[in-house]
Amino acid sequence: MILDAKIPEGPLAEKWSKHKFNLKLVNPANKRKYTVIVVGTGLAGSSAAASLAELGYNVKAFCFQDSPRRAHSIAAQGGINAAKNYRNDGDSVYRLFYDTIKGGDYRAREANVYRLAEVSVDIIDQCVAQGVPFAREYGGLLDNRSFGGAQVSRTFYARGQTGQQLLLGAYSALNRQIHEGKVKMYNRHEMLDVVVADGKAQGIVTRDLIDGTIETHAAHAVLLCTGGYGNVFYLSTNAMGCNVTAAWKAHKRGAYFANPCFTQIHPTCIPVTGDHQSKLTLMSESLRNDGRVWAPKTPEMAERLRKGEIKVADIKEEDRDYFLERKYPSFGNLVPRDVASRNAKEAVDEGKGVGSSGKAVFLDFADAIKRLGEDTVREKYGNLFDMYYQITDENPYKQPMRIYPAVHYTMGGLWVDYNLQTTVQGLYCLGEANFSDHGANRLGASALMQGLADGYFVIPYTVGDYLATIGPKPIDDKHPAFAEAKKSVEEKIAKLLSLKGTKTVDDYHRELGIIMWEYCGMARNEAGLTKAKGLIRELREDFWKNVIVLGKNEEFNQSLEKAIRVADFLELGELMVDDALQRRESCGGHFREESQTEEGEAKRDDENFAFAAAWEYKGYGEQEELHKEELVFENVKLTQRSYK
Amino acid sequence: MSKHMNLTIKVWRQKNVQDKGGFKTYKADNIADDMSFLEMLDVVNEGLTKKGEDPIHFDHDCREGICGMCSLYINGRPHGPKTAITTCQLHMRSFNDGETITIEPWRSGAFPVIKDLAVDRTAFDRIQQAGGYVSVNTGGIPDANEIPVPKPIADEAFNSATCIGCGACVAACKNGSAMLFVSAKISQMALLPQGQQERYQRAQAMVNQMDTEGFGSCTNTGACEVECPKEISLTNIARMNREYFTAKFFKEEEMH
Repeated sequence: MILDAKIPEGPLAEKWSKHKFNLKLVNPANKRKYTVIVVGTGLAGSSAAASLAELGYNVKAFCFQDSPRRAHSIAAQGGINAAKNYRNDGDSVYRLFYDTIKGGDYRAREANVYRLAEVSVDIIDQCVAQGVPFAREYGGLLDNRSFGGAQVSRTFYARGQTGQQLLLGAYSALNRQIHEGKVKMYNRHEMLDVVVADGKAQGIVTRDLIDGTIETHAAHAVLLCTGGYGNVFYLSTNAMGCNVTAAWKAHKRGAYFANPCFTQIHPTCIPVTGDHQSKLTLMSESLRNDGRVWAPKTPEMAERLRKGEIKVADIKEEDRDYFLERKYPSFGNLVPRDVASRNAKEAVDEGKGVGSSGKAVFLDFADAIKRLGEDTVREKYGNLFDMYYQITDENPYKQPMRIYPAVHYTMGGLWVDYNLQTTVQGLYCLGEANFSDHGANRLGASALMQGLADGYFVIPYTVGDYLATIGPKPIDDKHPAFAEAKKSVEEKIAKLLSLKGTKTVDDYHRELGIIMWEYCGMARNEAGLTKAKGLIRELREDFWKNVIVLGKNEEFNQSLEKAIRVADFLELGELMVDDALQRRESCGGHFREESQTEEGEAKRDDENFAFAAAWEYKGYGEQEELHKEELVFENVKLTQRSYK
Repeated sequence: MSKHMNLTIKVWRQKNVQDKGGFKTYKADNIADDMSFLEMLDVVNEGLTKKGEDPIHFDHDCREGICGMCSLYINGRPHGPKTAITTCQLHMRSFNDGETITIEPWRSGAFPVIKDLAVDRTAFDRIQQAGGYVSVNTGGIPDANEIPVPKPIADEAFNSATCIGCGACVAACKNGSAMLFVSAKISQMALLPQGQQERYQRAQAMVNQMDTEGFGSCTNTGACEVECPKEISLTNIARMNREYFTAKFFKEEEMH
């Protein structure tokens, strides 16, 4: 199969407008004859479900949480980018496009990224009209802050809970459509398979998490808005329930999975304290606007600090190494996430880490407090400081925060064309679950932008084109594909419940996480990856013999929920390793030790690797087949990224 | 270095909504003080699972105090002994070696128990569906800066908007009233210029739905405000009452 990205012809700035004109429309009176399924109710899902229902389509929306408002978009802290140029500091659609392409280390599709930048301005208008309480200045207009990887201030924010406020905006739009009867909402339902009939996605299989009922739902199109797969690492900043199951089931039904090895390790998270750790907590990147990252200059001094022989305050200014400011004078503490993370790891690897585990560096606000006063700092970051205090029992107004990188976001995901359609007709993928806009590294405050861009402003146009093409004939849920998909789900659940082994689901998940972090984390090499592949296979085999899943299907059963998710992570992990193995270059969040510059920076290989890797599933345990979508850069010149 | 402690936990176990339910006692040994409360439950659950006993079911997701999924009535208080945090942000350093901790689900008729400590809070969704929105469609919106909002008003609206919908206010209230939750949304919209067009209709619709769901009345004890992890103020309830009565008595022409 040849991957056709369906990128419209013409100059970059005109592609989307022309494309919108060329897309087919569905007559207003016919829209009510169509049903669209939306899985996931984060920013992408809620905004898509609401927007499609407003247009007149019947929407069925699903989330595994007890309310659509709890999807993990809610936890995004820092902000959302938009090329409004309200600061008069030289921003433009083109600059946001350029920053995003460059930040992604030239591994994203130009046309998609340009469209993202283009619609970013509409997102802010939409959210404000819904009553989203963005931060404002005394004149009553919207405030902005700066974020990593950009030299303009284009980030809109709502204190440290921008994600919650944007999601509640989209949730309110969704609620209005539920009230109107245009959206049927299914809380506490998990999607466990896609129904592909006659080559087209025509429905899904779900499990009611309260009573275990497994049923099929038919629709003219299926939209997966199911987030990222960072929890494959066990420890991540994702919510406990975040999983790859929906996307993975789609993959097994024919949707190619693109760039799975592109994961983002966020530099500023609260360090791990022990084996009991269940998740990691992010401290927003916005903190790097005022916080200065440093480590003790020498390993000896760091060791004395770790042993408690000296205190932080005893370390003199000249003995502190503000390594980001030193190495990257023009971006300083605001270098992109991948660069900041790698440098923190380097400091720790050199023995300069702090905290009892030695796996942390400092993020220090002393200068900011001196410059702005404690009240201003509290106004900007109060809730983050409180959160830090709750977890660590240390007061960041008085002593520097300890931070260390943690898995945060996954740039890879289901391969989609310009219309956000996967390689299965009628199956679309939006938001973090797709691979399309962030290349090998996502810039801060761009995830919220992409989720809402896809849901509010892209899918309402593109899915209409598909629906107009297939026509409003009702979907036949008597097609054998429905029964077959339901049966395969039931069999898998029965198998899990029959195992009665000796190790818990968490035991396997934790072990998988250690393998992934060790060999497919911040630095990767051929030998380590090859080893990891074998280890994951062994672990997966053992899981299917020896896992304990208690209880039965026909009840609220959290062990079973977890087991189903971890089973899929055990398959995804191997594909991530395969992808990391084939990409013998460093780019963005993917750092291959064999490919670095003399200064230790990531070294891309544009000649051989300027493509998106799209993997085709070939059967359980079989080697997947790699397809390449060559990335064509007509507007930006590929250069080695420099933030010096 | 972290300290370790041995605890006894008394947990409400209930198979499903029909089951009568009751307390069961478990040992939680060798618990580190830097564990979160939910991590302590994870440890207990791992032990139960290995023994073939059904683990304790509880709702949780983000584990960083923002999704509103976690609940738990701990030693008689929603979200435990500390103020302004959720259960997932509570750490074991707030407890002492040898202590017995009692853990119950949210207690309210409008939040039926699903299993053990997990309850059904969909009544909150239905109240929001009744009117917790500004009726604007996607697209065709004027530039964001055409709607200026004075900063003090924006800040006050934001304070109301921080509600995470966890339901601690209902659980804390002896009447099982949802007024703090409902008033937070009504306030946010009543304060902002965007919310003005449907201001009175919204107040009336949301309050009516709240009553239909079977939540109790407010008798101004203020327990909700004390237990709210996001410190939503009681002032919101006063504002909601004003909105509701204005709607009822003076704004009939604005209702639809």
